[in-house]
Order: sequence, then structure tokens, then C-alpha cells
Amino acid sequence: MQNKGKIITGLVIFIALFTFPFIYRMGKAAPAPDVVLTPKALAAKQCVRSTDYMTAEHMQLLDIWREKVVREGQRLYVTTDGRAFNMSLSNTCLDCHSNKAEFCDRCHDYASVKPYCWECHIDNPKGEKQ
Amino acid sequence: MNVNYIFSLIVVLALFLLAYVGVEAAGLQWLFGVVIPYAAVLIFIGGFISRILSWARSPVPFRIPTVGGQGRSLPWIKPNPIDSPSSSGSVVVRMLLEILLFRSLFRNTRADLVEGDKLAYRLEKWLWLFSLLFHYSFLVVFLRHFRFFLDPVPGCVQLLETLDGFLRIEFVNDAIQVGLPGFYISGLVLLAAATFLLLRRMFSAQVKYISLSSDYFPLFLIMGIAFTGIIMRYFLKTDIVAAKALVMGLVSFHPVFDPALTKSVSGVFYGHLFFVCVLLIYFPFSKLMHLGGIFLSPTRNLPNDTRMNRHVNTWNYPVEVHTYEEYEDEYREKMIEAGLPVEKE
Ligand code: HEC
Ligand code: HEC
Ligand code: HEC
Repeated sequence: MQNKGKIITGLVIFIALFTFPFIYRMGKAAPAPDVVLTPKALAAKQCVRSTDYMTAEHMQLLDIWREKVVREGQRLYVTTDGRAFNMSLSNTCLDCHSNKAEFCDRCHDYASVKPYCWECHIDNPKGEKQ
Repeated sequence: MNVNYIFSLIVVLALFLLAYVGVEAAGLQWLFGVVIPYAAVLIFIGGFISRILSWARSPVPFRIPTVGGQGRSLPWIKPNPIDSPSSSGSVVVRMLLEILLFRSLFRNTRADLVEGDKLAYRLEKWLWLFSLLFHYSFLVVFLRHFRFFLDPVPGCVQLLETLDGFLRIEFVNDAIQVGLPGFYISGLVLLAAATFLLLRRMFSAQVKYISLSSDYFPLFLIMGIAFTGIIMRYFLKTDIVAAKALVMGLVSFHPVFDPALTKSVSGVFYGHLFFVCVLLIYFPFSKLMHLGGIFLSPTRNLPNDTRMNRHVNTWNYPVEVHTYEEYEDEYREKMIEAGLPVEKE
């Protein structure tokens, strides 16, 4: 084999890069984060839409709410089962989920998403101690 | 219609259906979510190593660089150190430009008959441009996915996400909604560039003539990966946190079989994952090995220095030689007796 040293070095670097996630974790489990529901949310029992929809598509709901309020001037959202909500990020979502750090942020940190909403929207409308 | 691409397309569609039906109807989450991904990674690594070693074992008897410029010769002739490198430094520069910028593709020409029967060559930059777009957007998409493989997610991955999400394209109407989660440029560029490469093979007569299923299949497969990914991000959203938990289970060797998690990600996710596994398995045995092969290309990685150094063919048969000096040592006395001239007395 010619240039054995160089080829083996290259291969080792490639394999190390490719298996980097395995090396980085060193076999420690990294389970999904536990999200905490506030007493208010627990009392309400259900979210604005079905739990499946909220888990996967809550950003879509927020986008539609924003569009409705900001561009169409509607503020009332009525669910299919007749419950009415004020379409508001800080006043509705964070009313039930006032524990943003243990709810929204836990998931978002795990999935590496940083919503830019909080540059303008207040993230602790009730002024609770965090 | 061409049997080569129809066949590849059907295979790719069938692969997707296999995974989709496998999890949605047969409940084979453990197979498509754990067994196949581990097998794919092992086959990829093993296949990659054995392919590289088999290339490394083949002898390189001659210097065969393909040069595109004046080689080093007399001092008053200006050499072109990059296109005809004579030192290892120049070879490194040449290789870097080749790997990072696809320099030789930049010289791509196309032949056409003009004015009836005159053969004319034109520079053709589109292939270079779209290959570059394709490879770099694929790289960005690949690196972005490390947010699913690493926990905690390192800052460089987050920086890449921010840069990739620079164009905040937002679009809402009753039917579609794009904008939250943020729009990534790389995904769309990847799909568009792969589509260009595919259309080129399908509609350019010369390229179509030399294209086989093994050219179409990886393109369809990569388009399938990009397409299912885009679908999952913007349209049929899936539970990302559960998806990451499954992937982290694999990465940390604590595979997840808990139906609460494996069932909350959609069939599209398993289709996407299965495509990636097929790509990994197919990779070492296909033309995609140019990832490693480019480094071992003797027409690129050898210096053009045949007039400076002597290169001995490594597969030369070891010929036993008996030099004249040894011959004389052996027969000196007899030669002197017979009156023959000798060099040493
Ligand atoms: C009436 C109180 C209430 C309001 C208002 C509310 N939620 Fe919820 N939310 C809940 C409850 C209760 C659950 C838990 C449902 C369950 O576990 O079945 C929940 C669950 C969720 C989940 C899923 C968590 C998981 O573990 O998968 C998300 C995401 C979520 N909410 C986001 C939002 C967003 C975004 C808004 C604003 C659009 C909002 N919620 C408004 C009460 C509320
Ligand atoms: C540049 C500042 C800014 C940013 C960033 C921003 N918003 Fe807003 N948003 C506003 C303003 C101003 C209104 C109008 C408030 C009103 O009329 O009550 C609004 C209204 C809304 C509303 C309806 C009204 C309400 O009380 O919430 C929603 C929902 C909303 N935004 C969601 C979002 C989401 C989700 C994000 C992040 C993806 C976001 N916004 C980012 C400025 C911003
Ligand atoms: C079950 C976990 C979970 C919970 C709880 C959750 N989110 Fe999310 N959220 C996500 C994931 C995952 C994404 C990113 C989806 C993607 O990247 O495709 C996301 C994305 C978003 C986005 C779009 C951000 C962007 O720039 O792409 C907004 C806005 C958002 N979430 C708001 C909220 C708010 C407000 C809450 C709390 C009321 C909340 N989320 C709670 C998981 C969660």
C-alpha cells in the first residue's frame, strides 16, 4: 500500500467526524424533556386544540392568530367545540402556560428553536417570579 | 420515457411506501426506527473503509496527473503551479480548489453542431453552478440536522440555523401557511438543484445517452429525502421533540421502543429516515463514493514531477541481477589465466 500513513489518517478523521454524535453523547441517555403544566392549565384539562395538534403545530396556530389579529382585525377565536379564546400570545397562551421556562423553553431548548417573538411580546405577563 | 429513470423512480416510491405502510399498518417502528438505522450506519462505515482500502491497495506505478497548464521546466518558461503542480504544496492547493470549488467542472464544455455540420465547443457553466449549489446546500442541511443528533445543541449548529433562516419568508392563507417554523433556504436550494441535475440527465440528449439507473437512483433518493423533509417541516408537521428523542435514543445507545414516543411521530418521518438509511447503505457501493474517491484520484493528487524524481514501478518483478563486478570477482583467476582483461587485479 502506497501512502499508507496519509490514507489511514484520512479514514480515521472521516470515521471520527461521522460518528461524532455517538462520541459526544458517550452512551448517556437524552430523553425528551418533561413539560410542566400550571395549576390553571391542569384545571382547564385541554388546550386550544387537540394535544396532538398543539404538540406538532402550535406555531402554525400562532401564525394564523397573528395573521387574523394584525391583518384582519379579528380577535376572537372559536374552537370547533365552541370554546372562545382571545387570539393573543402573551394573554392567552401564557395565561395557562405562565411557566414559560418549564413549558415552552424546555421543548425549544431540546429542539434548538429560538422563537424571536419575545423580542417584542412580553414573556411573563403576570409578573410572576421565575 | 426511459426505462432507466422510470425504474429508479418506482424503486424510490416503493421504498417510501414500504416504510410508511410498515409503520402505519404493520407497527414495525422497531424495525424502521432502530434495527435498520443501526445496520445502515454499520454497513456505511464498513463499506466505506473497505472501499477506500481496496483503492489504497492498488499500486500507483506511474505519475498520471492530468495537467491543464505549463509544467515546470526551463527557468525562463513560466510554469503554472496549480494546473501542473510539481510540489506537494501546489498539489494541496490544486486538490483544495478541486474539492471546495469544483475547479475542473468549471472548464466543462459542451459540443454542438452549428451551421449544419460544424462541430463547436462552448463553455457550459450551469452544471458547475448547480453542482456547487447542490453540494453546499446538502452540506448545510446535513450539518443543520445535528440539532437532532447532539444534546445540548452546540452554538455553531444554532448559528448555522440562524444564518440559514436569514430569509424570513412568511406566507399565510387559508390553504397553506409557511413562516413558523422559520423558512430555511438550504432545503429549497437542495431540492431545486437536484431537480436541475435530474432534468439535465433527462433532457440533454448527450447526457441522457450515457445515464443509467445508477445515475438516476441516487438523484431520486436525495430528492425524496429533501421532499419528505420539507413536507414535514412546513406542511404535515410531526412531533419534533419525539423525533429527536428517538434519534437521541439511537445516538446514546438507549434505543426507544416506548409506543408513546414511537407512535407520536408520523409515517412520513419513518419514510424520511428510511430514505437516509437506504442512502447510507447504497453509498459505499455506488458512484457516491466519489466523496472518498476524489482524495485518491491519481490524475489529481500526484505532482507532475517525472523529470525531477525517479519513480519506480511498485509492481516491478524483483529481477535477480548479477553485476559485472560480481561476475569478475567470481571468475577473476580464471580470466587472468586465460589472458582476458580484468578491471581489478
Ligand atoms: C385553557 C388553558 C390553555 C390555553 C389558553 C393554552 N393551553 Fe396549551 N395546553 C393546555 C393544557 C391543559 C395542555 C395539556 C393537554 C394534554 O396534556 O392533553 C396543553 C398542552 C399544550 C402543548 C403540548 C404540550 C405537550 O406536552 O406536548 C402545547 C405545545 C401548548 N399547549 C401550547 C399552547 C399554545 C401555543 C397556546 C396559545 C395558542 C396554548 N397552549 C394555550 C392548556 C392551555
Ligand atoms: C417586531 C415586534 C414583534 C415580533 C418580533 C413579534 N410580534 Fe407579534 N405582534 C406585534 C405587534 C405590534 C402586535 C399587535 C398587538 C395588538 O394589536 O394587540 C402583535 C400581535 C401578535 C398576535 C396577536 C395579538 C396578541 O396579543 O398576541 C400574535 C398571536 C402574535 N403577535 C404572535 C407572534 C409570534 C408567534 C411571534 C414570533 C414568531 C411574534 N408575534 C413576533 C409585534 C411583534
Ligand atoms: C412539546 C414541546 C413544545 C412545547 C411545550 C412548546 N413548543 Fe414551540 N416548538 C416546539 C418545536 C419542536 C418547534 C420547532 C418545530 C420545527 O423546528 O420544525 C417549536 C416552534 C415554535 C415556534 C416557531 C419558532 C421558529 O422560529 O421556528 C413558536 C413561535 C413556538 N414554538 C411557540 C411556543 C410557545 C409560545 C410555547 C409555550 C406556550 C411553546 N411553543 C411550547 C416544541 C414545543
